[in-house]
Amino acid sequence: MPQAEPLLTVSDLSLDFGTPRGRLHALRNVHFAVPKGRIVGIVGESGCGKSTLAHSLMRLVPGNADIVAGTIDFEGENILELGERRLRELRGQRISMVFQDPMTALNPVTTIGRQMYEIQYRSKRSSAEKRTAAIEMLERVGIPDAASRLDAYPHHFSGGMRQRLCIAMALLTRPALLVADEPTTALDATLEVQIINMLKDLQSDLGCSVVFVSHHLGTVAELCDDVVVMYAGEVVEKGPVREIFHRPSHPYTQALFECDPGRIKEKTRELPTIPGELPDLRNVPGGCIFKARCPKAFGRCEREHPEPYVAEGEDHVARCFLLDEEEVAA
Amino acid sequence: MSALLEVEDLRVRFRTIGSLRARIRGVEDPFIDAVCGVSFSIREGETLGLVGESGSGKSTIARALIGLNPVADGSIRFDGREIAGLGERQYGALRREMSMMWQDPVGSLSPRLTVRSLVTEPFRIHGVKGRDLDEEASRLLTMVGLGPDFASRFPHQLSGGQARRVGVARALALDPKLVIADEPTAGLDVSVQAEVLNLLGDLQRRLGVAILVITHNLNVVRHITDRMAIMYLGRFVEQGPTEDVFFHPRHPYTEALLSANPEPDPDAAKERIEISGEVPSLLDRPKGCEFHTRCLYAQDDCRRVAPGVTRESETHRYTCHHPLSE
Ligand SMILES: Nc1ncnc2c1ncn2[C@@H]1O[C@H](COP(=O)(O)OP(=O)(O)O)[C@@H](O)[C@H]1O
Ligand SMILES: Nc1ncnc2c1ncn2[C@@H]1O[C@H](COP(=O)(O)OP(=O)(O)O)[C@@H](O)[C@H]1O
Ligand code: SF4
Ligand code: SF4
Ligand SMILES: [Mg+2]
Ligand SMILES: [Mg+2]
Repeated sequence: MPQAEPLLTVSDLSLDFGTPRGRLHALRNVHFAVPKGRIVGIVGESGCGKSTLAHSLMRLVPGNADIVAGTIDFEGENILELGERRLRELRGQRISMVFQDPMTALNPVTTIGRQMYEIQYRSKRSSAEKRTAAIEMLERVGIPDAASRLDAYPHHFSGGMRQRLCIAMALLTRPALLVADEPTTALDATLEVQIINMLKDLQSDLGCSVVFVSHHLGTVAELCDDVVVMYAGEVVEKGPVREIFHRPSHPYTQALFECDPGRIKEKTRELPTIPGELPDLRNVPGGCIFKARCPKAFGRCEREHPEPYVAEGEDHVARCFLLDEEEVAA
Repeated sequence: MSALLEVEDLRVRFRTIGSLRARIRGVEDPFIDAVCGVSFSIREGETLGLVGESGSGKSTIARALIGLNPVADGSIRFDGREIAGLGERQYGALRREMSMMWQDPVGSLSPRLTVRSLVTEPFRIHGVKGRDLDEEASRLLTMVGLGPDFASRFPHQLSGGQARRVGVARALALDPKLVIADEPTAGLDVSVQAEVLNLLGDLQRRLGVAILVITHNLNVVRHITDRMAIMYLGRFVEQGPTEDVFFHPRHPYTEALLSANPEPDPDAAKERIEISGEVPSLLDRPKGCEFHTRCLYAQDDCRRVAPGVTRESETHRYTCHHPLSE
């Protein structure tokens, strides 16, 4: 399948955090693209940089963050070089975000209706039209009795309903890109299913692109078209969802899949684990970033840092020397 | 083997608002039954999993077992003795035999205590004298795979998995007969979760301790429990041998939970079963079968008549008028 035209392209992005104990190199040479109309999943264990990456797509980074290199190309503009004013125009209009905790985005002292009209401040529609648009979007995300809930405050809603509100607000302006950082992690499993199915339907109706951050492999397998696997601040593997799940090529991806208990059908006494810990990102070790925990590490992994090598199948790359022609030939 | 713990018809009620406010607002019954007629048993050395979504009453059961929640009704027999309604002093002694591993065992404790103090605190709480606490700390830390060197560390120097191991060591300090682990792996990454589950399984086999594992995550019970129970609105809707329940669920809610926990495979193709709506309020329990507001198979009788318990076998039971077929 030919790759769809990219909506957003992150190239060579590196980001440091200033901390009392030195610079923490949270993202290093990150490269990936979000094609138009597709859902890209970002997976990896906690601390590997998923949220930092997701937030930097909107340049929504904390004060101690320092973007040291890279570009984020979105609809022909480099997000990293935009002025504050243009950035504010993009945020919430062309790119929206949904967070793990819905209260991050909701104003607790303002009614839902008011918050939804305010989001449409740039629109030339009449207030009656704005109200209709708000009600319609609330209905689409599954808020029962939407019209009568416009006067309610966020605390009148359950956790699952609040996340639906956030999704409604994020999509109200028909953005080209929705960035969702673990939107279902705090929800119960049966509610997660509802929200995922709803997101899937909305995305195909609206035709927007989605960046979906999750550490839940089952959800990513079900929802996403493409997958980016992160480890310790690097993209170690990326490709179409079937490639990644059926032919994981980086030893980290393989290990991550192996220890997902959802994948193990036979009852076992000993579940696979990934021994060892994440490296210290203040003092990034040389060589391959996964070498200390990699069961397949060899001499070269100590000395050199692997580039993304093409794995089997189209558009599938992994940062592992085992895919390098030289090693394969040897 | 005899039952170590036998719970019958347990009911735990909480008052939700004060009586004056209730009268003002015209609420007739300001109580909720957070746990409502629950029966189960655990034999020595056995592992039982308690699964349900948040608010279903799992932690309330745990707290009732160790005397931290009032028991409104029903009986709890531990080691042949009725313990429901015992006083705080008698419970103090019981908590040596029945120890609790809280959700975030280290985060909830003082950040200024060393790991040595954390794991040996049970000896002090229960006034166990004549033990060399350094030796006990080494023994316990070795048992959970950390090693004696960890004794001098502080909580912030521990990774998520190490902190849970310290929690396990603490729970096992006084050689209990039953460990109650409330969400032992919540918030952990899968690789670390697997580590903690392996440890619990291993200790259970080596020490023969019985374990009650409470979790909202089916993956947690799958590999380490002998039997499991599924909770909804404070009741058990199904219980049975773990493999039976996984492969032959009879209750529609069990089916929905299992389906919400899919195999990570983009070609698994089978659409996930989606049940609509959210969990109803405990203040307003649905009539008839309490799951009927969300059940995909609900019929007229479900809305009128509460289903009784059906015994599929000696150990596998469920409450449903129209159970799933094999
Ligand atoms: N504001 C911050 N200051 C310093 N370090 C941070 C900050 N935010 C995140 N980090 C660090 O950056 C790394 C990546 O964090 P994060 O992006 O939150 O990972 P994830 O979302 O994958 O769990 C971690 O080591 C984390 O401790
Ligand atoms: N001390 C208490 N007072 C009032 N209500 C309580 C108390 N403890 C728990 N509850 C209520 O009981 C229900 C069950 O809670 P809990 O046992 O914590 O659920 P779970 O552990 O399954 O998430 C919830 O509705 C909760 O709000
Ligand atoms: S480059 Fe070497 S250490 Fe890194 S993942 Fe590949 S084999 Fe393992
Ligand atoms: S009794 Fe009826 S409503 Fe209840 S679970 Fe069974 S089929 Fe569903
Ligand atoms: Mg995160
Ligand atoms: Mg609980």
